[in-house]
Amino acid sequence: MKAIVVGGGPAGLRAAMTLAQHGLEPVLLDEAARPGGQGYRSPAPGIALDIAALMGSQKAKYERLHRQFEAARDTIDYRERTSVWAIDGHTLFIERNGHTNVLTFDSLIVASGATDRIVPLPGWTVPGVFSLGGAQIALKDQGALIGRRVAFLGSSPLLALAAKQYQATGATVAGVFDTAPFYAKIRAVPHLLHAPHTALRGLSYLAQLRMSGVPLHFGIEPVRIEGCDRVETLVLRDRTGREMHIDCDAVALGYGLKPETQLAELAGASFAFDKSFRMWLPVIDADGRAGPDLYLAGDGAAIGGADAAEASGTLAALALLADTGHTVAQSQIDRLRASIKRLRRFQRGLATAFAWPHRDAGALPGETIVCRCENVSAGDIRAALGVGLIPPELNRVKAITRCGMGRCQGRMCGPALQEIVAAQSGAPVATVGRLRTQAPIKPIALSAAEMPR
Amino acid sequence: MDEPLPHARFIRAVPRNGKRLQFVFEGEAMSGFEGETVLTALLCNTGHVRQFEFSATLRAGFCIMAACQDCWVWCEDGTRLRACTTPLADGMRLLSSPPPPEQV
Amino acid sequence: MSTTVETIIIGGGLVGVWTAYFLAKRGRSVIVLEKESVGAQSSGVNFGNLRLQGRYPDQYPLSLRSQDLWERLPELIGDACEYDRTGHLYCAFNEAEAEKLAHYAKVSRANGIAIEDLDRSDLDKRFPYMGGKVIAATFSERDAVANPRLATPATSRAAQALGATIIENCRVTGIEARNRGFELRVDDGRTFSCTHLVNSAGAWAADIAARFGETVPAFAAGPPQFVTEPVPYFIGPSIQTIDGSVIARQIPRGNVILAGYPRTASDPVANRAPVPPHKTLAGMTALARVIPALAHASVIRVWSGIEAYLPDMIPIIGPSHAIPGLFHAFGFCGHGYQIGPGVGLCLSEWICDGHTPTPLAAFCIARFKSEVAVSEKFKAEFDSGGQSR
Ligand SMILES: Cc1cc2nc3c(=O)[nH]c(=O)nc-3n(C[C@H](O)[C@H](O)[C@H](O)COP(=O)(O)OP(=O)(O)OC[C@H]3O[C@@H](n4cnc5c(N)ncnc54)[C@H](O)[C@@H]3O)c2cc1C
Ligand code: FES
Repeated sequence: MKAIVVGGGPAGLRAAMTLAQHGLEPVLLDEAARPGGQGYRSPAPGIALDIAALMGSQKAKYERLHRQFEAARDTIDYRERTSVWAIDGHTLFIERNGHTNVLTFDSLIVASGATDRIVPLPGWTVPGVFSLGGAQIALKDQGALIGRRVAFLGSSPLLALAAKQYQATGATVAGVFDTAPFYAKIRAVPHLLHAPHTALRGLSYLAQLRMSGVPLHFGIEPVRIEGCDRVETLVLRDRTGREMHIDCDAVALGYGLKPETQLAELAGASFAFDKSFRMWLPVIDADGRAGPDLYLAGDGAAIGGADAAEASGTLAALALLADTGHTVAQSQIDRLRASIKRLRRFQRGLATAFAWPHRDAGALPGETIVCRCENVSAGDIRAALGVGLIPPELNRVKAITRCGMGRCQGRMCGPALQEIVAAQSGAPVATVGRLRTQAPIKPIALSAAEMPR
Repeated sequence: MDEPLPHARFIRAVPRNGKRLQFVFEGEAMSGFEGETVLTALLCNTGHVRQFEFSATLRAGFCIMAACQDCWVWCEDGTRLRACTTPLADGMRLLSSPPPPEQV
Repeated sequence: MSTTVETIIIGGGLVGVWTAYFLAKRGRSVIVLEKESVGAQSSGVNFGNLRLQGRYPDQYPLSLRSQDLWERLPELIGDACEYDRTGHLYCAFNEAEAEKLAHYAKVSRANGIAIEDLDRSDLDKRFPYMGGKVIAATFSERDAVANPRLATPATSRAAQALGATIIENCRVTGIEARNRGFELRVDDGRTFSCTHLVNSAGAWAADIAARFGETVPAFAAGPPQFVTEPVPYFIGPSIQTIDGSVIARQIPRGNVILAGYPRTASDPVANRAPVPPHKTLAGMTALARVIPALAHASVIRVWSGIEAYLPDMIPIIGPSHAIPGLFHAFGFCGHGYQIGPGVGLCLSEWICDGHTPTPLAAFCIARFKSEVAVSEKFKAEFDSGGQSR
């Protein structure tokens, strides 16, 4: 029985540890240099960062995960800096240090995590604008700040958290600008009570920032980022329609998270449109089964945060073990199912509190670059739809405009493209389709090609 | 830790204990530290990592987690590096746009 | 209520929309029924080569007629579709291949195509980026490329402007021959009737022919393709090695597109054309061998298509032998993009005039009444025994 886990975040680490505890010798593949994934990144050696202080209330969980993985390392075939670029049946095609190779598996757990969901705005390609998650990674992994005066823009509980971390490490926070109105957060309280600690933590960050004099604005409308080869000003409109000009040299931009579903798709998962998140998510059962010999866990399956990721990684591994004839404790499965359900419900609450501003995304000004790889603007997309040349279907729109055709394969522009096409054509968003994944899911140099034996 | 350079985009917020590493970007000598990625080292020295192909503008990466692919730089021998996931190495010779094919 | 027109075309690929274009141009009533959107299948995903040299000898009259149409796209449909007369460089790695090249060149010249013979020193002068393993090549200046993603939708638009009706998202589910004509049913329940029926349903066309007892040994496949990230533009012509390992071109935007053999099986029922990653790896190695300066460029996307192939590697074009009024045009075996407009023109002539001046006897469907020999080309382009994986 050969089990492979892809992804070294909390979900993948827990999955691999659980398999190892039951006597399997799992292979764990991760693109990053060190275990932890995006959220639980550890500083690179040589970077004297007090990560525990930075992790705040998540410190204990962060340390426990890393400590336990360290202890289990001998039982897991852990391969860092290894990226999976294609899947064919039960074969993974991998790339490591510029060389390709293959690995076969009997069962596969994909725990590929998430990236920021982005609404572009004019000027977002100017150097100095980074994803919100990226701003945190620069700090956690590299002990670096993305700028001296940083504005945090978007709709996400992580805005306040990241701003607080930046402030604590010496940056000036030019402001936290949330596109969702404050009442949306109040309205979401019943959902948020499913995980009261997390909800309270979010509110306490806001309070602390406010006390230290950081401008906090809700219900704002992003207008543009000014500056030619560096960020100079963030222009916004407040609820009264008044323009605000925020002096800053960096912007962290994020509207919640979006699962990295490319590997799941190549491995054969099917997808369904989720109305509260307004995105296509892989179809899984309560334990993470997505198809024969295929299991999904963590944010790569459904956005749930670190706690849900750990739990769903363990649960997916237990499901795999049960399916392959191992004895597993039903009580543990029941407990995990219940807690994942609760945590994912909390995420639905967050999706209300920090709403995805789909109307803004659909109404982006024509000059806004939507696809930063291929330089395609919102106007280009509307023009292509306008001549009646193409039906409102994302893959056709991509074929004609090149939006989503570049190096990132629509990871950054996909969510906005979906809203622009739906808004322009008047079609319900669930009917405009979903950008199809094609291998390689990350660029791979010709020189890396080595024929598998 | 060094004082931040005036044109640098990133700021080193905490001390480095690693070795200092020398590298060259666009012909200019720069330095970084062991443990840093190419992206961090470049952006602690300058404001961008690459020239955009389709307009005369600069890019400095975006996602910092291997997703957006907007931080690929060139080595002088033509090889490519994704700056946000590649550790800086001593003696790297980097470019913000591809070298002409005949030099590769 | 059934809609009645003179001609119904099943399949809005390049062949279907060009047929509609020429019929509408002559004032004939025509409807195209397309199960997805026009150009969604092989016409929209192909490599985009408009290659003249090295074609099947009997296809030259059709091929040249078609090239003339490609050259006049702006005048005909008001859109150049990124047509670019890049020329085509056909390359040999060894003496045996060079001899094959010389043979192709002779056939091409006999059909009035100008071919230049290049040895290694010519290549060094004119195409210095060609890898050292290429020992000889022939260059055909009139060969060209055009963007397949644009060509079919643009032609469809032009056909509509001339009065053709194009109905998308409409799958033909039932066909019956009725009193000197045809009655069609589509998936939403509508019915259509016509006196002339064109079967240009691509990889789905053989099933339609079979309904009339015309069975042919067609199967669905496509070449594995990929595209690199944009790199500075330096490759002028489209480049093909005679062993088929590399068919490549660079678009002015910078991306390099590769297609190559062995071809790969696709699934017209599930509507999937997956590329086995080991074929992508083979293509990457082959491309780096032919154009070493690309070794560091990254592949960013792979795809293939769903097209019908036949064992003799030439298409079926012309009237049905089972029933009057039915015309087939499918099984283009990987080279239908170049001849697509020409095929449309010939079909329109058949329908309007009862004949076409272009000799097309070689492509008659009746050839499959007896067993057809498997061509050398077939053996070369597919993995052993026609196994594509
Ligand atoms: C990857 C690839 C690369 C290629 N490269 C080249 C090249 O460089 N140069 C070249 O000359 N040729 C090339 N070819 C071949 C060329 O693309 C095809 O020969 C050509 O496009 C065929 O056109 P078509 O209209 O017959 O088929 P298609 O484009 O497949 O059109 C058939 C249409 O019929 C529709 N249809 C089927 N059944 C029904 C039904 N029941 N009801 C309604 N609609 C239906 C389908 O949806 C489809 O849109 C390539 C092919 C592929 C797949
Ligand atoms: S910054 Fe996005 S991939 Fe490196």
